[in-house]
Amino acid sequence: MRTIRFLLVKEFKQIFRNRSILVMIIGMPVIQLMILPLAANYEVKNINIVIVNQDHSPVSAKLVSKINASTYLNVLSHLTSYDQALKLAEDDKTDLILQIPPHFEKNLIRDNQQKLFIAVNAINGMKAGLGYGYLSNIIQMFNEELRGQMMPRSKFNVAQEIELEFTSRFNPHQVYYLFMVPGILAFLVTMITGFLSALNIVKEKEMGTIEQINVTPIKKYHFILGKLIPFWIIGTVVFTLGLMVSFFVYGIVPAGSILLLYGFMWVYLLAVLGFGLLVSTYCDKQQQAMLIMFFFMMIFILMGGLLTSIDGMPYWAKMIAALNPVSYIIDVVRAVVLKGSGLQDILPQLGTIIVFAIVLNSWAIYNYKKTN
Amino acid sequence: MDTRALNNEKVIVVDKLTKRFGDFVATDAISFDVYKGEIFGFLGANGAGKTTAMKMLCGLLTPSSGTAVVAGFDIHKQAQELKWNIGYMGQKFSLYDDLTIIENIRYYAGIYNLSNQQISDKSEGLITRLGLQKEAKKLVGQLPTGWKQKVAFSVALLHEPRIVFLDEPTGGVDPITRRQFWDMIYESAEKGTTIFITTHYMDEAEYCDRVSIMVDGKIEALDKPAELRRLYEAESMDEVFYQLARRAKRSE
Repeated sequence: MRTIRFLLVKEFKQIFRNRSILVMIIGMPVIQLMILPLAANYEVKNINIVIVNQDHSPVSAKLVSKINASTYLNVLSHLTSYDQALKLAEDDKTDLILQIPPHFEKNLIRDNQQKLFIAVNAINGMKAGLGYGYLSNIIQMFNEELRGQMMPRSKFNVAQEIELEFTSRFNPHQVYYLFMVPGILAFLVTMITGFLSALNIVKEKEMGTIEQINVTPIKKYHFILGKLIPFWIIGTVVFTLGLMVSFFVYGIVPAGSILLLYGFMWVYLLAVLGFGLLVSTYCDKQQQAMLIMFFFMMIFILMGGLLTSIDGMPYWAKMIAALNPVSYIIDVVRAVVLKGSGLQDILPQLGTIIVFAIVLNSWAIYNYKKTN
Repeated sequence: MDTRALNNEKVIVVDKLTKRFGDFVATDAISFDVYKGEIFGFLGANGAGKTTAMKMLCGLLTPSSGTAVVAGFDIHKQAQELKWNIGYMGQKFSLYDDLTIIENIRYYAGIYNLSNQQISDKSEGLITRLGLQKEAKKLVGQLPTGWKQKVAFSVALLHEPRIVFLDEPTGGVDPITRRQFWDMIYESAEKGTTIFITTHYMDEAEYCDRVSIMVDGKIEALDKPAELRRLYEAESMDEVFYQLARRAKRSE
C-alpha cells in the first residue's frame, strides 16, 4: 500500500501541473452538459409547410386556420397549384405540402368522406416524419370536430372508435433534456476517463520513463493500480460536477438513490479505465492510442443508446451493444435518475459491468510486460 | 589514476547470451564476466548490439538463448529479485520533466521501498553533494542536460544497487560536466558498486578498468585499455576502436 501512495502522489502532481488535463476535467463536462442537451433535441419545431388550397370553402378555411395555429408548423405560403408547391420542396424550402382538392367541402357533405393529400420532403427524414405526425394529428382532430358537428350524437356513438390515451411516464412533459442530460453525462464521464487513462501509460512509453519503471522491482498490479486510482477519482469528480450541472441548470433531481448512482458509476469506471489501460498497453505512441480510443468511442456513442434506441436495432447490432459498456451506464443512469430504479432493477447491468471490469483489468495487467 | 584494488568476485557472468529479432541477430552468443567494483566499459559502434545486451542484463529483454547471472540472480528465472539489486540509466531520459528533483527522488525511492527517514536523508545528501540546493524545487525539465544526467545517475543509485548500468550517460554533455560525472562514477566504484557503462567517447574508455568492444553483435576484444592499445599497436583507444569497428559488416 505504501508503494501505491508514492505512485498516487506522483500521478496527482503531474495531473495538477497539466493545464490541458484540468480543463478537460472541469471545463469539458460543464460546457458540454450546458450545450449538448439543448441542441440534441428531438422535438422539431419550425417545420415548413405549403398549403395548396384548391377548395376555398369555409371548411377548408377552418382547417387552414387550425394549421396556422400550430406552433410546430410554419405555414410558408398558400398556393393554388401543386406544381408550384413541389418546386418549393425541390428547392428544400418546404418540408410538407398539404393539398386540399377542389370541391372538398361539397364532396365531404355529399359523400360523407373526402381525401386530403400530404406530400413530405424526405431528404430530412426526421423532420419529415415528425411533420407528417403533427399534421396528421391536426387533421385527425379536425375530423373529429367535423364529425361531431355534422352527425347526430346517436349515430356518432354507433361507429365506435378506439381512442388512444397517451401518458409519458417518468418524463411527463416529454422534456427532451431530461432524457438527454443523464445520457450525455454518462458518456462524458466515459470519454474523459477513457482518453486520459489510454494516453497515460503510452506517454510514459514515449518519454522513456516506462523503461526506468520496468527496471525497478515494482509489481505490475501496483503500477496499474497507481494508474487506475487517480483516474477513478477524476471520474468521480467529473460525475459529481455533471450531477451538479444537471441540478443547477436543468433542475434534475435523481428520482432514485444517489448512492446507488455513485456505486454503479464506481464499478463502471473500473471497467472503462481497464479498457483505457488495456489500449495503452498495446500502443507505443500517444497518437495510436488516441486513434484507437476514438474508433471505440465512436462505436460506443453510436451504439450506446444515447441517440438511437438499442431496442430498435437489428439483432447483430444488439449483440454489439451488449458488449458496449456505455450502453449499460446510459441505461442505468437514465433509469435511476428518471425512474428511480433501485438496486434490484439494475442488478443485471451491475453484474455485466463487474465482469467487464474484471476481464479488462486482468487483461491490462497481463499485457503490461516489464520484460519484452 | 587507478587506486582501487580489483576484487575477483564475479558479479556478472554472461554465457553465450543471444538475442534474435526475427532473422536479425542483435547479440550473438556473447560471453564475459564482470568483477565487483569494476568499471566495465561496453563499447561498440551504433547498432553493434550494446543496448540490446544491456537490456537483457537488466531484465528488460528476454534473451533468445544463453544465460546470464547478474548480482547472483539468473536473469531468466529471478528477474524480480535481480531488479532490487541493480540500477539503470537508459538512453532515453529517465526522470519526469514535470516533477521537481525532490519529487523525482521521492517517487523512485518510494518504489524501492526506502523508509521515510532514508528518503529524506538520501534526498538531502544528494542535493548537497550535487550543489543543487537552489534547484531542488525546480521542475527537472528546466535543468540543463548535464545536470539532469547527474541527478538521474544519483537517482539510479538511491537504493544502493550492487551494479549500475549506464547507457551512454554522457551523450550531449559538456566536457566539464562529463568530468564531474566521471568523478561520481569513481566515487561509487570505490564504495564497491560495479559500473557497467556504454559510451562513444574514447577518452572515457580510458577511464574504465576493462573495456569490451562489440562488432556486429559479437565481442571482438576485451581487456584493460592499456593492454588493448598494446595488442593493436595503437596509441589511443580511439585507434583501437577504429581498427575493430571498421570490420563491421552490418550498417545501422
